[in-house]
Amino acid sequence: MNANSGDRNAVLGRIREALREEAPLKHPAERSAGGAPTTAHFREWLPPVGSRIDERLELFTRLSQTLRSELTLCENIAAAAAAVTELAAQENWKTIALHKSDLLDGLRCLLPASLNLLTVDEGYDKDALEACDAGITQCELLVAQTGSVCVTSSNDGGRVLSVLPPHHIVVARRSQLVSDLTEAYASLASKYRGTYPSMISFITGPSRTGDIERILVLGAHGPKRLSILLLP
Amino acid sequence: MTTLAEPPRHQFQLDANRTAADGDRRAAVRKALHNYSSARDKTGATFNDWKSARNAASAIKHEAVNHLDRYLEEFESKFTARGGKVFWASDSKQARDYIIDLAKRKSVRAIVKSKAMTGEEIHLNQALLEEGFGVVESDLGEYIQQLKGEAPYHFVFPCMHLRRDEISDLFHKELGTAKTDSPEELTMIARRVLRRAYIDADMGISGGNFIVAETGMISITENEGNARLTVGLPKIHVALIGIEKVVPRLADLALFLPMLATAGTGQHMTGYNSMYGGPRQPGELDGPEEFHVILLDNHRTRLLADPEQRDALHCIRCGACLNVCPIFKNIGGHAYGTTYQGPIGSVITPHFRGLEDWKHLSGASSLCGACTETCPVGIDIHHHLLHNRRNAAAQKPAKGEQLLWKAFAFLMQRPALYRLASRFAPLGSLLHPLVSGSPLDPVRSWTSTREFPHAPMRSFRDQFREHQAAKKGVASSGTQQGAKR
Ligand code: SF4
Repeated sequence: MNANSGDRNAVLGRIREALREEAPLKHPAERSAGGAPTTAHFREWLPPVGSRIDERLELFTRLSQTLRSELTLCENIAAAAAAVTELAAQENWKTIALHKSDLLDGLRCLLPASLNLLTVDEGYDKDALEACDAGITQCELLVAQTGSVCVTSSNDGGRVLSVLPPHHIVVARRSQLVSDLTEAYASLASKYRGTYPSMISFITGPSRTGDIERILVLGAHGPKRLSILLLP
Repeated sequence: MTTLAEPPRHQFQLDANRTAADGDRRAAVRKALHNYSSARDKTGATFNDWKSARNAASAIKHEAVNHLDRYLEEFESKFTARGGKVFWASDSKQARDYIIDLAKRKSVRAIVKSKAMTGEEIHLNQALLEEGFGVVESDLGEYIQQLKGEAPYHFVFPCMHLRRDEISDLFHKELGTAKTDSPEELTMIARRVLRRAYIDADMGISGGNFIVAETGMISITENEGNARLTVGLPKIHVALIGIEKVVPRLADLALFLPMLATAGTGQHMTGYNSMYGGPRQPGELDGPEEFHVILLDNHRTRLLADPEQRDALHCIRCGACLNVCPIFKNIGGHAYGTTYQGPIGSVITPHFRGLEDWKHLSGASSLCGACTETCPVGIDIHHHLLHNRRNAAAQKPAKGEQLLWKAFAFLMQRPALYRLASRFAPLGSLLHPLVSGSPLDPVRSWTSTREFPHAPMRSFRDQFREHQAAKKGVASSGTQQGAKR
């Protein structure tokens, strides 16, 4: 055994030995030439989305309701800032955390001065971030088919901002709404071209658990509330 | 729960008898599973074509598992190129030693863990504890089971068998919190305790639902956000994953994530589905400095070497086959005494831990096929239970049973002898009550749990002959009644 890679050769050797005899293919599916089914087919089988933007938005809105995500359509960045201000008043927020980005910088300067802001970009104190009342991030994409928000570690405030504070606010633009996961992955692939961020996460609703008697409770560890502010 | 010394077969019988008689517990489990099946049916119905999706998922896993060496090497080279470390473990000891050694070298003080059945499989927590490393389970269900000192009941719903008052009592006893009958308050108690654990930990241990070869990533599916925190805050991330978890391409997850959610919990998509490809990258503001992936064999290659049952490695551990299994519903998860319960556990455990000791699980099935029907990757689960039975019989034939079958065959091939025997059957029936249930009873293993059928005074042959004779009589007397039938 090698201290670095362990029993690499032994494991690979056993795998190769085991695979000498072929296993029958039990469920012949539609296949592309000589490989597994192409991802383009998934769309025909998964829940339908609709091709027009308003159909996508309608499905995303419906799923957000079932998931208990709070979707608000905002006319402009000022309206988004007003929505955050209202939430802050409602829940009596003192400090919110956010990251730098063109979109959020526009928002930041419209927030009330009474609200403390913690910017995570230059690193942060874990306890300080944990004590924040909310975290605001932008996102990569929204997925209509599943009602998900896709965030990545390089684009949307790192790994933790979107999951540690008890309220997660996502600011997004309508053009970021893709129809399904296949499209989401294709879009990530063309944006990052092989140098992906270290984390890609599809967030689908606020944090939840059903571990106690299968009864739904929100805010198990991550955010109890997920607000999505959607700009044109 | 497994106690020492008892062979697994006896333990299974004892536990199964006990839990099958526990009506309250069974009712709780049934209720939980009922909610599951209605959610699942509703979500499943939104698919355009579940069957084709399932065939495709099966074909993709077939491709991955049958070229496992190639895909694992591809994963390794992509993952290490981004600063990750891959460790190949032949067995549980190698995996445990690696983690313990790493924890020592990096002077780790506290460890937080998100749900990983592989961790259960290699008894990781106990090993870490023995070396002086405290580990906190962060998934709510796993946390409850850890406090209770009990193995998970179900590999997706670890504490589905517990009622809220039992959990409240447990928290009261272990954490000193006030009693409550609100699942929400109970969840918040755990939330408060565990938040500290994420922040204090310097090592986070996770499992993984998929290994993506193409991009060198692992994908973790969860609802609570505990895994996100476990691999986001500590400075070292260790993921312990079975070698079979591979999918070839990142975009394959577009199919697998919704299918896993639908089959697993009846959701369209689980709360958090996160793909991790390496430790913190240049320009990123947080994330672990080190990311180790342990690829665990631990006898999976034995199952791989059996082409007939190789597709059992396609399993994505959604738990659906447990949820629909009439045996699981009645005997519960602990009776199995395995890391992986239910039908799929009964299929794979004999390969992982020895056929002789674990063959009895393959008998614990009504062969109704509900598991095969529900499996999102189309594994032929109930036929594999039959294959295990066949292999067990071939490996260690039961001499008495073989003799019995020989005698039976001998009898069946000799009509005269059979007729004679069937004449005596009613006599046996008559005498049986005298010894029934006693050590002298020749069919005691049957009568201890069931009624032995009575042999009627008139055999079927007799009745048939009489019926034919009567019919002939009627037909020859000229009416059409008999002929119509
Ligand atoms: S065997 Fe199939 S149904 Fe059972 S857990 Fe695995 S994937 Fe799910």
